[in-house]
Amino acid sequence: MKYDYETPRKWKYHNILAWTAFLTVSAALYLIFMWVPNEKIQGPVSKIIYFHVSSAWLAFFAFFVVMVCSIAYLKTKDLKWDIISHVSAEVGVLFTTIVLVTGPIWGRASWNAWWTWDHRLTTTLILWFIYVAYLMIRSAFNEEEKKARFSAIFGIIGFIDVPIVWMSIRWWRTIHPNIVSSGGFAMDPSMVQTLLASLAAFTVLYFYLLEKGIFVQRIRSQVELLKQRITEENS
Amino acid sequence: MIKAEGLTKTIGHKQILRGIDLHIPEGRFVTVFGPNGAGKSTLLKTLALISKPTSGNILINGLDIRKNADVIRQQIGVISHQTFLYDNLTARENLSFYGQMYRVPQLKDRIFDVLSEVGLEISLNEPVRTFSRGMQQRLAIARAILHDPALLFLDEPYTGLDPHAIQILNSVLRRLNLDRRTVFLITHNFEEGFEMSDRVLFVVKGRIVYDGQKQELKKDELRNLYLRKVEGAA
Amino acid sequence: MNTLNGIRAIIWKDLASEFRTKELLSSMLIFAVLTIIVFVFAFDPTKDIVRQVFPGMVWVCFLFAGILGLNRSFVSEKTNDCITGLILCPVDRSVIYFGKMTANLIYISIVEIVTLPLFAVLFNYRIPLKAVLPLVLVIFLGSLGFIAVGTFLSALSANARSSEILLPVILFPIMVPVILGAVQASAAVLAMAPAAEWISWIKILAAFDAIFLAIPLVLFEYILEV
Repeated sequence: MKYDYETPRKWKYHNILAWTAFLTVSAALYLIFMWVPNEKIQGPVSKIIYFHVSSAWLAFFAFFVVMVCSIAYLKTKDLKWDIISHVSAEVGVLFTTIVLVTGPIWGRASWNAWWTWDHRLTTTLILWFIYVAYLMIRSAFNEEEKKARFSAIFGIIGFIDVPIVWMSIRWWRTIHPNIVSSGGFAMDPSMVQTLLASLAAFTVLYFYLLEKGIFVQRIRSQVELLKQRITEENS
Repeated sequence: MIKAEGLTKTIGHKQILRGIDLHIPEGRFVTVFGPNGAGKSTLLKTLALISKPTSGNILINGLDIRKNADVIRQQIGVISHQTFLYDNLTARENLSFYGQMYRVPQLKDRIFDVLSEVGLEISLNEPVRTFSRGMQQRLAIARAILHDPALLFLDEPYTGLDPHAIQILNSVLRRLNLDRRTVFLITHNFEEGFEMSDRVLFVVKGRIVYDGQKQELKKDELRNLYLRKVEGAA
Repeated sequence: MNTLNGIRAIIWKDLASEFRTKELLSSMLIFAVLTIIVFVFAFDPTKDIVRQVFPGMVWVCFLFAGILGLNRSFVSEKTNDCITGLILCPVDRSVIYFGKMTANLIYISIVEIVTLPLFAVLFNYRIPLKAVLPLVLVIFLGSLGFIAVGTFLSALSANARSSEILLPVILFPIMVPVILGAVQASAAVLAMAPAAEWISWIKILAAFDAIFLAIPLVLFEYILEV
């Protein structure tokens, strides 16, 4: 009996990617905690902004990747696109969660309220629900093909929905203004530079997590394939 | 009539059809045998435009299924072990619904014609849920031939049929074949399947392993030949 | 023309089947009325606050009752594998979507026509005569968006093991703009606010409806694939 599978290997640039991620994240952490001065009014808590904003960027980018790969899957029916969307959605949900946790901590310190129905935070919350729904669709189907197809369809409409959600929530908040305003604060150049550095670091981190996740998923589907093969041979 | 080239179908990780080439001229009666999970139903679904092939081409009546799906669907009738009938609607309402979907001309007369062909004209206004299994199957036959398809696909139609329904199905198939309609039948039933066919296919593991004309075969040899071919392919 | 005939045939088939048993409509209606009763117990109808939350209550009731109908919409096509019968029909895939969608819209409209007056009576809420026309427009646009995306996702979730749990969880986040728009616009209309205050909501609702009626034209065939 000939076996037509091969054990997935690590991507050949895996190590380079891992080291780049490690170095950029370390550099960003250094800038955030050692180099950049605290914002004058808010003090140390202002450092949260670097994580908060970068996570938001990463999550949004991850969901964009979900949509692109979902379209690619429906066009080609190649499961490799499905694996990428799946992993990207998981990473996205993780970082949306980080946004939703860091937001209130920052809010508590700066506006003295844990949660404000500010349009950015509220849209993020809805975003979280949309992509948790995406993951729930994945777990609701057993067959690989249905799982891939239906989640791809949802991955597309979910992303199309985001701007409409954003618009409607923003319009809702302009009619019912917040008691606490969440206006930005003056950023001095060193803060802008640190923010850019952490955005870059999180982007590299995203690709690292994506690559890692894809590898795990590929091993997982290999195991499934082997299990199938064993039951076929025993029957 | 049907021309398939290099047909494959992969569902998830499973390769169900692994390269099928098939040519069925108009008016032929082809019977397909094969073990469970061999890909017979998937082949039928792909040829009947229920599911899309992963790769390969299908021409039906010279039309590419990727471009002329709706024109081709007008030519296709399917009978499976499921009836595709709405339980709460009457026999007439069911046929009238499908008749409208297929834009059947003179629908009222046509409904009466097909219902009398399957012997259900007296149950015209009874809801389908009051029908026996056999009656539902007969109505399903009427539904499949309502729009007078040039191509009839049957997926295990004999399972669960009473002798009366089998007789009706066979006479419908015989009549269609005389009218030069193409029939594609999947079955496990060597008796019924061989009787009417003029060509026999064995499908094993997503491939056609045997393709023979009826004249070359003897009825009592069929079973042995089948077992040999299935084992040979495994 | 053929497209319209196909849509009409599917609507007719759904309604004929439903009106024979009235299973779905009666449970939607009873559930909607029960929701009103729950609200009466939860918020004392004599209190002034009710005037402010009235539009919200009405929409919560519509959405919950609507979910019942949507859950059944494609699951019912699985009996006797009728969905394959539909797939075989020589019509564009979107015809199936628009047929089912319109049937669902008719169900929810019936529920709304019955429950809205009941709401007004039981909460002693006077709907200003001049607000009726804009209110009907808002309810129509809101329901259309809800049913448009709901029918699409119900076709998706019908294939799942536990579709009735899955549908609300995937539907509500997507239709946040509809919920917001419908509730806010209804509130503004009922409060006789100047048109400028609700016209933007109408626009958002209309945009949502247009987008989610256009998406199935492209994506619905992927749901029906086998």
